[in-house]
Amino acid sequence: MEKWNLIVDVGECTNCNLCALACQDEYVGNEWPGVAAEMPKHGHRWIDIKRKERGQPPLVDVAYLPVMCQHCDDAPCMKAATGGAVTKRPDGIVIIDPVKAKGQRQIVDACPYGAVYWNEEKQLPQAWPFDAHLLDAGWKEPRAATACPTGAIRALKVEDGKMAEVRRAEGLEELDPAASTRPRVWYKNLHRFNKCFVAGTVAAIVEGADECVEGATVTLRRGETVVGEAVTDAYGDFRIDGLDPASGGYAVTVAKPGLPEKTVTVELGESVTLDLIKLQ
Amino acid sequence: MTLSRFSLILWGLNALLRYCRLRHPAFAEKLKEKNFTAQMKTADNSEGRWFRFENGRITSGAGVRADAEVVLAFKNAKIAAELLTPPIDQQRQIDAIKDFKLAMHGPDELTSWFTRLILLTQTVGWKYGMAQPDGATRYTSMTNGGPVFVYVKDGKILRITPIVFDGSDPEPWTIEARGKTYTPPRKTTLAPHGQNFKSIIYAPNRCLYPMKRVDFDPNGERNPEMRGVSGYERISWDEALDIVANEIKRMKREHGPGAIASSHGSHHTWGNIGYYLSANFRFMNAIGHTEVHHNPDSWEGWYWGATHHWGYSLRVGQCENYGTVEDCLQNCDMIVFWSANPEATSGAYGAFEGTVRRQWLKDSGIKIVHIDPYYNDTAQFLGGKWIAPRPTTSPALGMALAHVWIKEDLYDKDYVATRTKGFDVWKAYLTGEEDGIPKTPEWAEQETGVPAREIRALAREWAKHRTYLGAGGWGTGHGGACRNATGIQWARVCVCLMAMQGLGKPGVNFGNLQWGTPVDFNFYFPGYAEGGMSGDMEHTAMAVQLFQRMPQLPTINTPGQKIPRMQFPEAILEGKAEGYMWDGKSIEHQFRKIVYPMPGHAKVRMLYKYGGSAIATMPDSNRWVAAYRSPNLEFVVNQSIWMEGEAQFADVILPACTNFERPDISEWAGLGGYAHHGQMQLNHRVIVFQHKCIEPLGESRSDFEIFNDICKRLGLSAYFSEGMTELDWVKRQFDGSDLPGAISWKEFIRKGYYVVPAEEEKLRAPASFRWFAEGRKKDVPEPHPLPSDYTEEFQKGLQTQSGLIEFECESLKRFDANDPERPPIVKYNPAFEGIHDPRRTKYPLQLLTPHPRYSFHTQGDGKDSFLNDIPDHRMLVNGHYYWIVRLNAKDAEVRGIRTGDLVKVHNERGAVICAARITNRLPSGIAHGYESSANYQPLGEPGRTVDIGGCLNLLSPKRSQVKQAHSMASAAALVEVEVWDGNPEHVSEAAVAAERRARAGEPVPAQ
Repeated sequence: MEKWNLIVDVGECTNCNLCALACQDEYVGNEWPGVAAEMPKHGHRWIDIKRKERGQPPLVDVAYLPVMCQHCDDAPCMKAATGGAVTKRPDGIVIIDPVKAKGQRQIVDACPYGAVYWNEEKQLPQAWPFDAHLLDAGWKEPRAATACPTGAIRALKVEDGKMAEVRRAEGLEELDPAASTRPRVWYKNLHRFNKCFVAGTVAAIVEGADECVEGATVTLRRGETVVGEAVTDAYGDFRIDGLDPASGGYAVTVAKPGLPEKTVTVELGESVTLDLIKLQ
Repeated sequence: MTLSRFSLILWGLNALLRYCRLRHPAFAEKLKEKNFTAQMKTADNSEGRWFRFENGRITSGAGVRADAEVVLAFKNAKIAAELLTPPIDQQRQIDAIKDFKLAMHGPDELTSWFTRLILLTQTVGWKYGMAQPDGATRYTSMTNGGPVFVYVKDGKILRITPIVFDGSDPEPWTIEARGKTYTPPRKTTLAPHGQNFKSIIYAPNRCLYPMKRVDFDPNGERNPEMRGVSGYERISWDEALDIVANEIKRMKREHGPGAIASSHGSHHTWGNIGYYLSANFRFMNAIGHTEVHHNPDSWEGWYWGATHHWGYSLRVGQCENYGTVEDCLQNCDMIVFWSANPEATSGAYGAFEGTVRRQWLKDSGIKIVHIDPYYNDTAQFLGGKWIAPRPTTSPALGMALAHVWIKEDLYDKDYVATRTKGFDVWKAYLTGEEDGIPKTPEWAEQETGVPAREIRALAREWAKHRTYLGAGGWGTGHGGACRNATGIQWARVCVCLMAMQGLGKPGVNFGNLQWGTPVDFNFYFPGYAEGGMSGDMEHTAMAVQLFQRMPQLPTINTPGQKIPRMQFPEAILEGKAEGYMWDGKSIEHQFRKIVYPMPGHAKVRMLYKYGGSAIATMPDSNRWVAAYRSPNLEFVVNQSIWMEGEAQFADVILPACTNFERPDISEWAGLGGYAHHGQMQLNHRVIVFQHKCIEPLGESRSDFEIFNDICKRLGLSAYFSEGMTELDWVKRQFDGSDLPGAISWKEFIRKGYYVVPAEEEKLRAPASFRWFAEGRKKDVPEPHPLPSDYTEEFQKGLQTQSGLIEFECESLKRFDANDPERPPIVKYNPAFEGIHDPRRTKYPLQLLTPHPRYSFHTQGDGKDSFLNDIPDHRMLVNGHYYWIVRLNAKDAEVRGIRTGDLVKVHNERGAVICAARITNRLPSGIAHGYESSANYQPLGEPGRTVDIGGCLNLLSPKRSQVKQAHSMASAAALVEVEVWDGNPEHVSEAAVAAERRARAGEPVPAQ
């Protein structure tokens, strides 16, 4: 049985918000019986985009994370719902019934991703239903995928076995593995959001002039263990990514033949851009 | 006797009218509107037929009736037959009118109705849109951010989507580069402000009814000082139109030519017939007006600066950019994005078309550098080296790059020797030979804040690689740093740098993949700047092609008086203003001075304003607030879709509908004129029939109909409309293009769009400047410069006097060789609103105000739109959606500001309350907030209280970048930001000056 999956690539999301706008366009002012009641004009972000800034000027990174109903195969909202208010369609899509779910605020609270919104006026929990009504009418993909200009959101209707292959091939992850909900939304390049980096710039006085040091080897150690290496670019910049936040003390050693070696230490909370490293 | 062909045609017309009445209910309904007699005849009454319309019925007879209210007279039966025999030849019709072979008499209301009825026989049966299984109809339309499908059911718009091509649409182009094949997806993209449209069509602040300010009495007290304060009352269309028409007549009668000023924004809702350059220009020319003359707002530095080095006046100083996508992907090794954020600015109209092409860079090995004080969205998308010079200091950075190239012998000396002129003069300045100050990286570090070592590294990287300079949003300029106090210097430096590196050689060019796709440039469809139905040869690009393609009555504005737009408030408040021309015909046209008032003309006493964007987009815009409240303006009418911005300062508001509520026709990013072949930023050329998707909301009307209704009261309707509806004009535009050879009208209005097939690979336009670099004749399909602007031979060399890139500009030497602000070679002149400004002690932050990311200027913003929910567009605090100002974490900390705090962004010009967003995307000392909030919401008396709408241009400097130009410098301003204490008072400099003038009882000279 082919089922729907969504692949979200954090590395390609630019925060253009077209997915979120297409969602508003589809659901604000429109009611799709059996799929969704009208979305409030403001305040709901059934497709939301979260931000992450890493580092400090001049070496920074900014990433965006689209978050929507994860259409979990083991959905906490289904367990929380009563009266069959949340159902799983054979194609994998989770539907919060716009009639049966009325008054069931616990459906909002049950979602570990914060992707279910409470419609105060209608007393209704609501989430992005994967544009199920459109897919049923023959549309090839949900609107967020069509609207996305970078392919950061892709929809895939394949058998679960095939999806497992895709996951391995593309290195896809769950948004929050600890939630254990077997989501059908898969993330790529999630490290841009939930990992840290140590970055810096290396300079030296060469023939009396302040110069960027290109080609210096940068080694990052925790204790005696080398956890990362980088080589400085033409501007003397380096960046070692993929570190766990709040992972403690590190030593950064910079070496370039003909110049004195230098080691600085850093305590990693969030991503750090080190002060200028001068080799002299 | 045998009937003449004319009589036969008239007999046939009678039959046709009767047939349409029976066949089409809409036609029968139309017939019920009027009771009168129309006569068609020869001038000598020898032949004719009358038509009597009464209570929905038609009677008709041969002969001439003396009591006909409407008379359509042809010189003779032969001419009449020629003109009326299908297919109708538009040129012959126009010629017949001009030669007085065809005349129409009668009240405009009836003549207009009669000609439209005849035309309705042709259009009433047309079928529009594609039926959907759910009972909806899929229409098409066009936004400033891309073409769209519009799904409508029961008269309501369900959804708006980009266009996904079907199997019958052509395949896109492909580019082979570095062992890969690149091809764009088979769909259109859409900008956020396009996807947002449903919410602004149904916005709660739509102007749905004509309105009059409650304390405005055209025959009594006008209370101009109450503008912006008093409320409005609903009036009828007849009352509104009578007031406006009577004021137009009164202005001419009591004051004389020039008393009516016309002012429109830089953009409009999309569509070639309804665009401001089309119907609006035709109307304004028909009544005669003082033109509020625009500055080249998004080009600025390129027009007033770069033009002198390389020409391209007809591109407003930005250069040709053909073939650069292919050349860049194949040959370039590094791209420098300099004040370039195409991911946010979409090439103005190009949605995300360039995005997929820039995405190809990610695995291409092409190095990327971003020079921008803000870590912008393009940097976020692509990564690369980020260099953040202080705002307004980029020219110094550029000069230091050139200095390194000279010192380290890293430039193309052969190219400089053969393809440029005057390098030694600039070199002497750079090395310090001229003024004793070498423009070294260390010198530049002091100005820019960029470490000298980084400048050296960038200079070497740039010279070592085949490098594209992607300057501004288009890669050839546009927006960004060209709009601040040193914008002219920056644009000039950009040209000089590329001249040193061999501009036009493979892989060395201007561009950032936003422009330069291999689309078909030979398929003709007019751009909006070609003026649609304007008939205006002087202020649009109609003369290029459209005038012959779509014959129409010409229009000419008789009052020659102009007001330079940035000086509009001074013109009203002080009665005088000066500026310079934006006219791209030649390099030298910009040297022509505008002086207001023009001798013998009336001063402006009435303003016909189109929309409400000035307070958000014009510099130091509390001046507009003061001007609107001046008794010198006796009457202000605003024709607006939404009640926003300065609409609240009008005496009468005429409610216009959106382009989704009227028919139109257009091409995506089809600009024409100063952006000739603007479609080269698209992956696919898409031409759209803009359906009238829904009926106009409330009592709103299309701009065309509003103008026509005013014209009826001035006897101008037949001249304005040529007896037609806008739908008929749309068909004329179709007929005037290459579309009829590609798609039938019937199919076009049903399907709604046509995709122009990509150009054959062997016929693609060559890369720009290759011809120049190789010393050949120009071979790109660009009809610029005008023939007389070539020095040697046609198509040989550039537009400059030497035909070469001039480091030392002959045009500036001729104009004013001693101008310290704009000397013949580009020199660094620190910004008046920059780090050396003594006001910096009081206003220490440099506020960047670039073009907004999610809205299109004021379009899409405010209006309770979907954009309100985008956390980077506005922020909801205490129930109000505030504009956002971004601050560096250190700057915020010392001011005790946290994300979400309401802060007062202010200087002596005004104060705007924003929500703060703390970010590391800015170095310390710089704040960032977009220009162009749609809302102007003073918390009390306008000009004397803070604005919570978000108009950051209240704070920007009014000064022109250089005195001998009309160039805004508003993209960077000095401000202070502090936590707002809730105090609504903040008296603007402009309000104080206005009060002083009022007390003195006479205009006070400008400072």
